[in-house]
Amino acid sequence: MSRKTLITLKTLTWIACLGPFALLVYQAVTNSLGPDPTSNIALTTGYNALLMLILSLAVTPLRLLSPRLSWLIKFRRLLGLFAFFYATIHLTTYLVLYLNFDWTVFKTDITKRRFIIAGFAAYTLLVPLAATSTTWAIRKLGGKSWNRLHKLVYVAAICGIIHYWWQVKPGVLSPMNLTVVLFVLLLARPVLAWVHARRARPAAYSRAS
Amino acid sequence: MLIRKPSDIPSSEITSESSYKDFLSRRRFLRTAVSGAAVAGGAIVGADRIADLLSPRTSALADAAKLETVKSPLSTTGEQLTSLEDITHYNNYYEFGVQKTDPAKNAGVLPTRPWTVKVDGLVKQPKTFDIEALLKLRPLEDRVYRHRCVEAWSMVIPWIGYSLSELIKQCDPLPSAKYVQFLSYYDKKVEKWTDESSIFWPYSEGLRMDEAMHPLTLLTFGLYGQVLPNQDGAPVRIVVPWKYGFKSAKSIVTVRFVEKMPETTWYQQNPREYGFYSNVNPSHDHPRWSQKTERRIGLPFYAQRRTTLMFNGYAEQVASLYNGMNLDKYY
Repeated sequence: MSRKTLITLKTLTWIACLGPFALLVYQAVTNSLGPDPTSNIALTTGYNALLMLILSLAVTPLRLLSPRLSWLIKFRRLLGLFAFFYATIHLTTYLVLYLNFDWTVFKTDITKRRFIIAGFAAYTLLVPLAATSTTWAIRKLGGKSWNRLHKLVYVAAICGIIHYWWQVKPGVLSPMNLTVVLFVLLLARPVLAWVHARRARPAAYSRAS
Repeated sequence: MLIRKPSDIPSSEITSESSYKDFLSRRRFLRTAVSGAAVAGGAIVGADRIADLLSPRTSALADAAKLETVKSPLSTTGEQLTSLEDITHYNNYYEFGVQKTDPAKNAGVLPTRPWTVKVDGLVKQPKTFDIEALLKLRPLEDRVYRHRCVEAWSMVIPWIGYSLSELIKQCDPLPSAKYVQFLSYYDKKVEKWTDESSIFWPYSEGLRMDEAMHPLTLLTFGLYGQVLPNQDGAPVRIVVPWKYGFKSAKSIVTVRFVEKMPETTWYQQNPREYGFYSNVNPSHDHPRWSQKTERRIGLPFYAQRRTTLMFNGYAEQVASLYNGMNLDKYY
């Protein structure tokens, strides 16, 4: 891939990732966030955080499917950090607009409301991942430790989707789409690894009793 | 890792050129198919979203039939009304889709004429009322009520109707009737979105007899001076302003007088979250969120938050119904 193509693709990705945020700002300024602006901001930022995290999880399976897609790795950090960006706005919305910094309600929420506990868990797991996303950090930690730490992204994504399911009214199935995609992507890794292993040593497998 | 030298590999293990070519073309097909499906899926979702942004708001509201009303002392004062636009485009009516904006888009198919309300159960004589007869039963009153959803948002709605007690008097319930059950319209062929949620239909709600007989409980036919828009529960619904909004059943077809507490839809879904009484109570939290505050619909995001009032501000009128009752236990 030429440097020019990469820069173009990265610019487009930045624009696509900032799109929802830009739209939210525009709507807030023009007071066109709909009838329930607070809930709209919370749902939009939450959904986008989860979406971008799940997109970042699609990078590795796609690269495993075809070596021609190995350049996708250059986009994984970008997607992950945008997920953290939206998750931070989502958390801020909760603290400011929902709680209005009422720490007594916060204490009850963080101890008794399971969907908030799940959400907080997901966010807390993303913090060290965002903090160690720099090239400096990868070098400092060393590839092996860094990779081990960043396996936490799976837990964060699962906490995030559980947070979504536990938030909606019982009977509502809106989180289903993201759940299916996440499930496929999480399953893709062991499946594709198995396919690769099989391809590398077909003789060994065919001789297995 | 020592890779086997070429001479170690028997020629029988070498993949034939034709098989390899098949393998490559299968992979290519799979990749094309998957990416094609992804693009198609994205295009469909994108097109749907764009169609949403471009479609005009329903103009049916402008042509809605007007209703003649009289003032009522039971109308709530001192509150800013929620806009007609918001009241008719922010609805929980799952038979027409689970998104708040779905009922406005989809409820057009609800057939509001002809319409009858069947009265049965523990009554002297089962009756069927035509909607036109119900509209003429008593003078229609303007009743502004606060409306508090269990989801912690609220509105102020200028409803039109008369006290349900007027209808109940016409029904001649037997002394053994302790509760009233309400069943809403349900037709799977018309309401094609019922599979979006895992609810058992038809929608069922209920009240204790004294709650049903309370003057505030409204048999509702309209809002903002006109007949109820479909998405707001046309052509007739009940409104119980001191309870969470899901108790105010929409598009009623059956009123049944029963002896035992009726099974209500949201209680069936999750008894821990949705009790039979569901009185607005800021000190009884929903299992998943606090009920101490609410978001008033239609205000800018920085001005929505307000304190929730006991019985949604109707404590003076209804608290006596629950004297001695543990409202934490009977939520």
